Amino acid sequence: MKPASHHTQNSYVGGHIERVEDYRFLRGEGQYLDDVSRPGQWQAAFLRSPVAHGRIVKIDASAALALPGVHAVVTANDIEGEIPTIPFRRPNPTIGPYAQPIIARDKVRYYGEPVAMVLADSAELAEDALGVIVLDIDTLPPVIAREAAMSDKVLLFDEVKTNVPTVFNADKGDAEAAFAAADYTIRDQFYTQRQTALPMETRGLLAEWDAKLGKLSVSGAAKLPFFNRKAMAKMMKLPEEAVDYIELDVGGGFGARGEFYPEDYLVAFGARKFGRPVKWIEDRREHLMAIGHSRECSSDVELAFSKDGVILGMRGSLYVNVGAYVRPNGMTPVRNAAQFMSGPYRVPAIHLDAYAFVSNKTPAGTYRGPGRYEGCFFIERLMDQAAAGLGIDRLEIRRRNLITHAEMPYPLATVLPSDGRAETQCDSGHHLEPFELVVKDSNWAEKAALQGKLIDGRYHGIAIGSFIEGGASGPQENVRMELHADGKVGLYAGSSAIGQGLETILSQIAADALELPMERIEVFHGSTTYLKEGWGSFGSRATVMGGSAVLDAAKKFLAAFKIHAAARLGVTIEEVTVSEGVARTADGRSVPLAEVVKDGINVDGSFKNQTPTYTYGTSFAHVAVDAGTGHVEVIDYVVADDVGRIINSMTLHGQVMGAAVQGFGSVFSEELVYSDEGQLMVGSLADYLVPLASDYPVVRCHSLESYPSPTNPLGAKGAGEGGIIPVGGVVANAVANALSSFGVKPNVLPLSPSRVWEMIEDARAKA
Amino acid sequence: MKIELEVNGAAVSAEVTPRMTLADCLRHELHLTGTHVGCEHGVCGACTVIVNGDAVRGCLMLAVQAQGAKVTTVEGLSLEEGLTPLQQAFKHHHALQCGFCTPGMLTTLHALLTDEPEASEERIRDVISGNICRCTGYVPIIEAAMDARASYQQSRGDK
Ligand code: FES
Ligand code: FES
Repeated sequence: MKPASHHTQNSYVGGHIERVEDYRFLRGEGQYLDDVSRPGQWQAAFLRSPVAHGRIVKIDASAALALPGVHAVVTANDIEGEIPTIPFRRPNPTIGPYAQPIIARDKVRYYGEPVAMVLADSAELAEDALGVIVLDIDTLPPVIAREAAMSDKVLLFDEVKTNVPTVFNADKGDAEAAFAAADYTIRDQFYTQRQTALPMETRGLLAEWDAKLGKLSVSGAAKLPFFNRKAMAKMMKLPEEAVDYIELDVGGGFGARGEFYPEDYLVAFGARKFGRPVKWIEDRREHLMAIGHSRECSSDVELAFSKDGVILGMRGSLYVNVGAYVRPNGMTPVRNAAQFMSGPYRVPAIHLDAYAFVSNKTPAGTYRGPGRYEGCFFIERLMDQAAAGLGIDRLEIRRRNLITHAEMPYPLATVLPSDGRAETQCDSGHHLEPFELVVKDSNWAEKAALQGKLIDGRYHGIAIGSFIEGGASGPQENVRMELHADGKVGLYAGSSAIGQGLETILSQIAADALELPMERIEVFHGSTTYLKEGWGSFGSRATVMGGSAVLDAAKKFLAAFKIHAAARLGVTIEEVTVSEGVARTADGRSVPLAEVVKDGINVDGSFKNQTPTYTYGTSFAHVAVDAGTGHVEVIDYVVADDVGRIINSMTLHGQVMGAAVQGFGSVFSEELVYSDEGQLMVGSLADYLVPLASDYPVVRCHSLESYPSPTNPLGAKGAGEGGIIPVGGVVANAVANALSSFGVKPNVLPLSPSRVWEMIEDARAKA
Repeated sequence: MKIELEVNGAAVSAEVTPRMTLADCLRHELHLTGTHVGCEHGVCGACTVIVNGDAVRGCLMLAVQAQGAKVTTVEGLSLEEGLTPLQQAFKHHHALQCGFCTPGMLTTLHALLTDEPEASEERIRDVISGNICRCTGYVPIIEAAMDARASYQQSRGDK
């Protein structure tokens, strides 16, 4: 981290800038969803399916309706006509029939699927009412595991004769020829467990219907306010302008919060039907069963090498359990796993089939680094095994295959069916740079002596691995810049804040571009009322896309300032220069920005870009494994990435560090376990185990900006997800390295103490 | 039923039901929404408030149990304007991102450092391990707490 703040005016970008958001958060003055109430509001609670698969026979809510304070119970029968299904963000030709209906009508397909909504004076009364609704369901055989799902013996959707909505193919070169010509191949099977993003604030919404104006307002927007407005308007059969999405403070997103969920529609439906503000905030148990799950992916994959350790090809199959329906973003992890498994390596020939299959589990979506974390785990495990098989040092085999600056732009595989994303290629960079930095900083040369050694009762192991992180998801972002009466500049952005420090980052960029102190920039974001159209915060895009749009707006803002100043000074525009908020003429006369307030400045800026950026990096882990208990301690962890251009070294560091620690949760402890009947066995934070302060004290992060991205005027790349991507592969390899004397293969995550212990015991039994 | 207690230095009363938690009472009856609720089952620590000097989970204590108690929330830890040294240290070390866990972190650390201004890094880690933060990875929170110790040592010395 760079030391204390060293900024002067106009050099905010790149600085270590403390955040403007912090003041209100630190004083308890944040405004999160549940902090907002409206007079006369009703609270919603959801009755959810208690079984994984079944036919609804009867819902009798009469006892609930008889309770004092209970106003209504909404079921599928209250929805006129067809039950709306949630639109896809990235449609493809075959997923249509698998879209999620906003409430179950005949069939329930997962434990936790909404079947009724109670509206009452308070959340307590609404929850009490849930307990007396009679719900009669005829159970159907649950489809839980991959084999059962892909056999199509029991179908989730009778009208389509398969449980496989889509198979994505990732192709490049001639994989069969590459394997035929190989000196060495390595093939193995892997599994990454089902997880969820788990933001600390649970989901919620507050919907209000203005009958006079025919307008719906939805507070609690996050991630995709403009897409969700469109989706809501379409399902509600309202014009888009009749729906507003309002962003409040957001307690974390990580890919899961802010997608369109069934409850979103139902809460708004209740507000519209009954003319009352309706608020809903879920509890943690509901959160675990209803928000998007992710990461459940198994694979059978193979790499081909020449005898000197150069990768010739990659092939295999991936299988992603997407749960009961295809949610708006449900195919992204499937597609990404196929697209990005080659990661940072030069793989000239690729053929991968990535199967999405439905099951009677909670529908999946994205979680930070979707598909990339999984793919990185698979290929890094294969790389270490190949190094051993070929007798090549683990550093050396990577040096021979990491993509170099000379090869940029470097094309990745082409993925079909297309879901509207542009062709994908790494935009800039030299992958060996962060790699060598990590080799050095981790003290690899010295630590190499520890590999597999038993010291004080624990086996030590080290590993290294690299990754790429796609960012700057297109297509466009918009901002509006307006001169306010107090001389401050209002910046209205289409990007949304999900805890990543967006206000600070956009202020920095605007302040530099306008040559004004940051204090004179006020950022408003995330609500559809500020702009006609915007996109949001997903795919590590807010800084690059929103920030580039700010540059465009600033240029227009300064041009408008010049016009007004020239008029006031009675000179031509060419005779005016502008710097630090003052317009000047050569003869020394001047007009400060505050003086043109009456003339008004209000400009739009935008940035269009279909070409993603690729941040890349390397990480290192040193672990110690207690063979008696299966406990793994992370003794050291180092990660370095190149983000093209650093906007704020402090928030960047925070993103990378936070993502890395989330990754430890992925590797060691977090798992959404289901019973064979399809019951989710995880109902609280006492059984969904996220990292705690005492678990992983040592994480070191370095960020580089050696190779700016050519795709945007900032040169920046997305940086919100990279930190999590390599953790699975690198930590698993470190554990394998520590336990090399047992010959165990940590190919199944998470590496919980019991799983590690079992691997060791199995190996002992076989020996 | 009616309870009377002292919240952030002021005597207040609230109309509560027997099952209402202290966290809900503070948030919904007394409109002190700085105290957050992340799990309602005692694991995440977002709801931590200081009751008679001890850090307590507001979701595990009933409002009626707070009858006659002295309660301090994150709002009560804050100055009229500006930031306290602990809050300042959080800002300086980027010990918060989304800010949802932050009130619970601040109350927990305030209670700890008031009692033990010399607390070691290990002790701080140990105590904070009862509060979940999904954003920061905790390292900056520990750094901030270590930094803030000086001001607690000083205010103890002043007494
Ligand atoms: S809300 Fe009280 S501990 Fe989580
Ligand atoms: S800052 Fe988001 S949970 Fe801690």
